[in-house]
Amino acid sequence: MMLSPAEWQAVHLSVQVSFWATLVSLPLGVLTAYALARWSFPGRQLLNGIVHLPLILPPVVTGYLLLVTFAPKAPLGGFLAELGIVFAFRWTGAALAAAIMAFPLMVRAIRLSIEAVDVKLEQASATLGASPPWVFLTVTLPLILPGVLAGSILAFAKAMGEFGATITFVSNIPGQTQTLPTAIYAFLQVPGGENSALRLVIVSVIVSMGALLLSEMLSRRVAKRVGGV
Amino acid sequence: MTLSVRLSHDFGSFSLKAEFEAPSGITVLYGRSGSGKTTIINAVAGLLSPKAGRISVEDWVLLDSEAGTNLPPHKRRLGYIFQEGRLFPHLNVRQNLLYGRWFVGQSQQSAELDRIVEMLGIGHLLDRRPQKLSGGEKQRVGIGRALLSNPKLILADEPLASLDEERKQEILPFFERLRDEVSVPILYVSHSPTEVGRLATTVVALEDGKVAKQGPAVEVLGDPMVLPAGARAAGALIEAVVIAHHEDGLSELDAGGIRLLLPKVPVPTGHRLRVRIPAQDVILSRQAPEGLSALNILPGTVETIRSGEGPGALVSVKTPAGSVLARVTRRSADSLDLAEGVSIHAIVKTLAIAPEDVGG
Repeated sequence: MMLSPAEWQAVHLSVQVSFWATLVSLPLGVLTAYALARWSFPGRQLLNGIVHLPLILPPVVTGYLLLVTFAPKAPLGGFLAELGIVFAFRWTGAALAAAIMAFPLMVRAIRLSIEAVDVKLEQASATLGASPPWVFLTVTLPLILPGVLAGSILAFAKAMGEFGATITFVSNIPGQTQTLPTAIYAFLQVPGGENSALRLVIVSVIVSMGALLLSEMLSRRVAKRVGGV
Repeated sequence: MTLSVRLSHDFGSFSLKAEFEAPSGITVLYGRSGSGKTTIINAVAGLLSPKAGRISVEDWVLLDSEAGTNLPPHKRRLGYIFQEGRLFPHLNVRQNLLYGRWFVGQSQQSAELDRIVEMLGIGHLLDRRPQKLSGGEKQRVGIGRALLSNPKLILADEPLASLDEERKQEILPFFERLRDEVSVPILYVSHSPTEVGRLATTVVALEDGKVAKQGPAVEVLGDPMVLPAGARAAGALIEAVVIAHHEDGLSELDAGGIRLLLPKVPVPTGHRLRVRIPAQDVILSRQAPEGLSALNILPGTVETIRSGEGPGALVSVKTPAGSVLARVTRRSADSLDLAEGVSIHAIVKTLAIAPEDVGG
């Protein structure tokens, strides 16, 4: 299957946006999942709600909120613009929108794997001399690694498919902010664009199915690994 | 080195108030479930913060609630042997064994690893994952892992409770060696009369969150007033020296001048052994019995009688071999006119003494 340069550009940009969205949000995702799974603190339910909000809100609303927050004229956007960080109508903005939309999925997968870790193993690690950060690095993290990978793959797939928040926040500029879904949408708006759209749809289906299968496989591994004491 | 513990803690309606000392050797926290054993050991490990207390090894303070000292578990230099092993499933046996070494600061020679691997007989398991080990193998690796972290204090929480009888016999000798070879105090939680009889140097008997009695094993187990695991589990310890092995499958021992016959013990003559005599299996007789099949007859005098709420009474008999406990019915105690100072014979069937109740 041959893709035209314009189609390639959309695929390439989508992968770039999704990759960075996933990678940058991963540490925060692990931290948030750990906090929700293990710590009790005031505002825990509120944090849980905020993390899940993008799953429930219409994506257009999320995009709108991003726009009013990060537009160069908005207070936060203006401040960041002075530091040279601009999100609105840039690929970085597409990555931000994708990261926020994918975050709940990532946190859910990681949180489940953290809850499956036997606290008694972490206690054993502490009695052998490991301080809390070492317990996390040498026991918790290796045991949840398949869950972290599964969460990342899900987040990546979600980011690849993000449409509403992206188009609202950063529009649909070819080569700048035009990702796979927005490209498919654009091709369908012009006469004769159906074939391009179809090819991109096939790419989307392959990427999504692959991600889902990989994520399932890794989830089974986490169950085996954590349960196999 | 001596571990000193003073604790008080409350959980709802249960309150724990305990104070004891654990010198070198194995100190068994002995009591039923719910007597507070696990709470105490977890407080010593730092996995639980008691309401108040002080825990120290010599002048090294682990917890002092008045001074505001409470070291986290990773600074307590422990070797904790858990009931369920708690081996790390993502590491192989060798990595599990060496886990504590990453954090010890000074690096130990690998000779230490070789020595402990050999002692525990786990050399052929080093490259396996914990999932592929049997219960007894897991427990041996757990012991090795605790020892290799170079601990100043060893804790063991019912390490044999989840094993079948055969595995228990496999692991018990390792704890005997530990008791005799390691200089740091070992705090060992158990409710098993066999384990306490075989292993304890010191016994801390716990009843309802209080220390009912503490002291050398022979003393605590021979006291009919202290029954941390119930009257059925009562049994005194006798120390004896092996003097001969006979053709008919019996071994002859000398206990304070009294001859004891036991099923053959696997140790050479001259060896000193501890024998636990279950109180249930001791018969009392006012006259020196004749024409009796039982081979062991210990003459002595009645020390104390404890009548329980049920039909039974526990009688402690002072013999030249040491104190022996006998559990008889109150009816028998009455018909024999048992009272303090009465002379009596304690009769023990040779085959009533289980091999696992005899140890070094």
